Amino acid sequence: MSVRVALAQCAPKLGAFDRNMRMHVETIDRARAAGARIVVFPELSLTGYYLKDLASDVACAADDEKLAPLADASRDIDVLAGFVERTRDGRIHIASGYWSAGSLTHVHRKVYLPTYGIFDDARYFAAGERFDPFPTAAGQAGIAICEDAWHPSTPYLYAIRGATILFYPSASPGRGVAEGGDLGTAESCRLMDQFYAQYLTLYVVFVNRVGNEDGIGFWGGSEIVAPDGTVVARAPEFDEYLLFAEMDPALALRERARNPILRDEQHDLVLRHLAERVGLPQGLKEVLDRD
Amino acid sequence: MRPQREQRAGAIRPDSRDPSPLRIDEELVRRMLVQFLREESQKAGLTRAVVGLSGGVDSAVVAALAAEAFGRQNVLAVHTPYRTSSWTSLDHAAGLAEKIGIAFRVVPITPQVDAYFRDVADVSRVRRGNKMARERKSIEFDLAWPDGAVLGTSNKSELLLGYGTWFGDMASSMNPVGDLYKTQLRELAIHVAIPDAIVRKAPSAELWVGQTDEAELGFSYAQADVVLYHLVDRRARPSELVDAGFDGALVTRIRDMVRKSHYKRVMPIIAKVSLRTIGHDFLYPRDWEAD
Repeated sequence: MSVRVALAQCAPKLGAFDRNMRMHVETIDRARAAGARIVVFPELSLTGYYLKDLASDVACAADDEKLAPLADASRDIDVLAGFVERTRDGRIHIASGYWSAGSLTHVHRKVYLPTYGIFDDARYFAAGERFDPFPTAAGQAGIAICEDAWHPSTPYLYAIRGATILFYPSASPGRGVAEGGDLGTAESCRLMDQFYAQYLTLYVVFVNRVGNEDGIGFWGGSEIVAPDGTVVARAPEFDEYLLFAEMDPALALRERARNPILRDEQHDLVLRHLAERVGLPQGLKEVLDRD
Repeated sequence: MRPQREQRAGAIRPDSRDPSPLRIDEELVRRMLVQFLREESQKAGLTRAVVGLSGGVDSAVVAALAAEAFGRQNVLAVHTPYRTSSWTSLDHAAGLAEKIGIAFRVVPITPQVDAYFRDVADVSRVRRGNKMARERKSIEFDLAWPDGAVLGTSNKSELLLGYGTWFGDMASSMNPVGDLYKTQLRELAIHVAIPDAIVRKAPSAELWVGQTDEAELGFSYAQADVVLYHLVDRRARPSELVDAGFDGALVTRIRDMVRKSHYKRVMPIIAKVSLRTIGHDFLYPRDWEAD
């Protein structure tokens, strides 16, 4: 049984939460009407990306009433959307929430905050601390927000923890316009999508935004790549687009039978090597010593 | 083997006749720039565009992009000759405006510039040229009021070398071509069908009779662009360029020009005395909640 997923390649307005929420609800309605079970929005889809000092102004708690329309809209379709989360202790995170059956079931906080080149995330945001898979209508999934996905350990950790889907919401600025190829950033992203999908045998659902913020243009090109490395569907570059694709949860399992790289992964060896470099957390050391 | 990849990697090439590292995908760039103009003007509430059409290649490209982004009927080309300006430039500007179907207006600046300097002794040609450049921009902003954008036409080569008049030709509401070297802009010009006579003629600010950019600078744009590309885009050190066979004196000269003109490329700095200061730690995006 395949699951229809919608990739909402949209252009959020910077700092205009209410307008963006209306856009989300309308898009969710369209996705639902087209038979989608899951709709995925890009990074910070409710607020826009280059927020700078606006980050604090638009931040809200994960259980804030402002997000209630997404919970309401998620009664019969799962929704993944990006917002700025303010925690109880006042930290501000780039977050992606997953709403299902009328409530928020998972929040991922962006772990890797790029602070170089055109990026300044760590000036304004606190880093997330976990990569936890969670259940969805199409199987176990993990969320990698933009820069998270550029670190190979992120999809790796999700995959060894049971994910068969990597949701990769992004706000990727287009740059690198050299002759003889696509945008430099587009080439890199496509390479990652295909590599992770094929070698970790999972679905990669890359949803990138479009539109301009302060002179920087986001390039879109959202795509979904299957566990066998095939591109199932790809949206055009630069334009808003609601892309639909079918995900077959059984395909990951079939691919893993044929291509059992993940099964043969030696976690203890990886852990030992990492421990040689950074040591082991105290609690984990006691567990291992006991074994 | 993919030779294009090697070129894209920006292997250092001292030969200014080999522009391969500078080659761009013109169609991709055109698309990005039209979208930039469309979105960023709309966010500022500007529905028209004013372009100072000099008869040169840079403003010709900007006019063509503007016609596509704003609609031909919403673009005004202004030609602002001084008594020493060439008739060829007027012909080129008028012909281009007609070809792309935008309104064209000639506003001579001789009366006001000459009136201003009438009782001033020993006015250098550079000083007079700066006054002319600022006079032109003052006219463009006047004609743009209240709902028009003045489009910048300074290219990346000029901006980096500081070869422009501060608050004169460097001023604008937004600049679509400031990230393209002169060499690249010429390629884009051919792609957007700017007539050959405009593309091929010697670049000149025409601030005095016989002035050409390359004679005044003492090097060609082809030479400068390859050096700038490696210094700026590829972050090469001057010593690396010299080791690769570039002329050391040229590299030093260009590097010094970039450094000494940097003040022109930033907003005027503000003395910080309060708790929160514009430009220092009051950092809201330009596109703050914009439509």
